Amino acid sequence: MADAKIKVKALNFYYGKFQALKNVKLEIPEREITAIIGPSGCGKSTLLRCFNRMNDLVSGVRIEGEVVVDGEDIYCPSVDLVHLRKKVGMVFQRPNPFPLSIFDNIAYGPSIHHFASRKQFPEIVERSLKAVGLWNDLKDRLRDLALTLSGEQQQRLCIARLLAVEADILLMDEPCSALDPIATERIEELMRELRKKYTIVIVTHNMQQAARVSSRAAYFYLGELIEYGSTQRLFTRPLRRETEDYITGRFG
Amino acid sequence: MSMRRYYEFVIEALIFASGIASIIFVLLIFIFLLKEGLMLFEHVGVFEFLFGKYWYPISEPPRLGILPLILGSLWVTFGATVISVPLGIACAIFIGEIAPGWLKEVLKAGVELLAAIPSIVLGFIGLVTLVPMVKKVFGLPTGLTAISGSIMLAFMAMPTIVSIMEDALNAVPRGYREGSIAMGATQWQTIRRIVLPSASSGIIAAVMLGIGRVVGETMAVMMITGNAAVIPMSFFAPVRTMTATIAAEMGETVQGSEHYFALFAIGIVLFAITFVINLLADFALHGKQIRT
Ligand SMILES: Nc1ncnc2c1ncn2[C@@H]1O[C@H](COP(=O)(O)OP(=O)(O)OP(=O)(O)O)[C@@H](O)[C@H]1O
Ligand SMILES: [Mg+2]
Repeated sequence: MADAKIKVKALNFYYGKFQALKNVKLEIPEREITAIIGPSGCGKSTLLRCFNRMNDLVSGVRIEGEVVVDGEDIYCPSVDLVHLRKKVGMVFQRPNPFPLSIFDNIAYGPSIHHFASRKQFPEIVERSLKAVGLWNDLKDRLRDLALTLSGEQQQRLCIARLLAVEADILLMDEPCSALDPIATERIEELMRELRKKYTIVIVTHNMQQAARVSSRAAYFYLGELIEYGSTQRLFTRPLRRETEDYITGRFG
Repeated sequence: MSMRRYYEFVIEALIFASGIASIIFVLLIFIFLLKEGLMLFEHVGVFEFLFGKYWYPISEPPRLGILPLILGSLWVTFGATVISVPLGIACAIFIGEIAPGWLKEVLKAGVELLAAIPSIVLGFIGLVTLVPMVKKVFGLPTGLTAISGSIMLAFMAMPTIVSIMEDALNAVPRGYREGSIAMGATQWQTIRRIVLPSASSGIIAAVMLGIGRVVGETMAVMMITGNAAVIPMSFFAPVRTMTATIAAEMGETVQGSEHYFALFAIGIVLFAITFVINLLADFALHGKQIRT
């Protein structure tokens, strides 16, 4: 895969003495949805947080190997973290809009990155909200606190604020696990829509969700990448016994 | 079975009684304060008392205007607030958001230690170190001035401000910070734009309670502000606060005299001021609960 958006090369990750990722090699294609699946504690979140260096906030971690995003090793000392995190956005398990108005939630990114003048904010807010399908519902209440929105709306808003800073990779760590089935389905629809322009990596415990939205899937177990390939192939003809056991629910 | 119920009943009754007792005590103190204080106004008008420029309680006839004392308290409190609020807020931000684990623990212990120093000790230390320094640095005839009192009281308000504000910062959900950092915000941007606004009501309460502590403080100010009951024209002049007046004069006054009642009336004024401050702090804390 010559045009991989994210390339992970022989990645080892340690929390103190505990090794959470073992020699992971993975290439994530551009403008597709890649699902990361595996049992609890296998290192999915850890891997995802390597892509925007959020693990830097945890003390006592150590990392070996390379993570290359758009041809640049992001663990190289000269990397600008602000720039990296602007490009690689993250959506969390629990929707976490800021305790500001809806408008200010979206304007936050552009204003901290100084890439637009205040006059352009309304336009950016409108564009971002339209992209996540919130504009029609919220256009008359942009000054309301974001915390008054429903869970699904909050999660959409969290996605919208990433679009506002022109992120092009979206990392989603179980983005629907705090939502009901209908909201989940609608967020999945949004993801399929966003795939046309963005590279999405999603961690999920929901096999159906992985099967529904992703085009590629990676199965992890105890910090190791067991199998990686097209979702359809992985779910219908898994190469490894462990993968088959997990996706058919025989894992135990 | 009935033994156990009896036992329960006794425990409940005891708890109830002690709860009621504390309310009754507070009420009694309040009534006593009002009864003694309001007696003054049989002799002196309220306006004359609050805005009179002269406090000569033992002249004949006594002049009982507390404007110099109110202004003395205000100057000292204002100065202490100006010093302690920015310092306290900065200190709380450093402890709560920036300092690494071990340093955080050390600083927290330090702040607690500062809170544990009795005010008389702080006053004493201020008298022998701060007062001569103020005199020298500003070239004054005496170092016993409002500014000395303000600096000393700032030390007393700091621990209150820092510890309450740190609690407020701790209460800000981690998700807010993570969300902001993950968008590429720097730590300072995150603190300023997200953390501080979401902790704002707690911060206001911290400041209010710190000010409340300053207004009510007595011993330290009595020792280092010079105690001149004249209307203070600057921070570099001696002042006398309301608290210091009560403490200094209560022992020498004749019970039932106008002077005696006047001291109680000052108590009412102090009570009213601290009550309002605490009310504002409560309001700030409570307002938050309604919104979220
Ligand atoms: N801050 C940390 N310090 C120490 N160990 C950690 C830390 N965070 C995670 N771990 C450990 O690393 C391993 C991988 O954690 P991670 O959160 O990446 O798993 P996960 O696959 O996302 O699990 P889940 O599905 O439950 O979210 C786990 O064994 C976990 O206990
Ligand atoms: Mg996880």
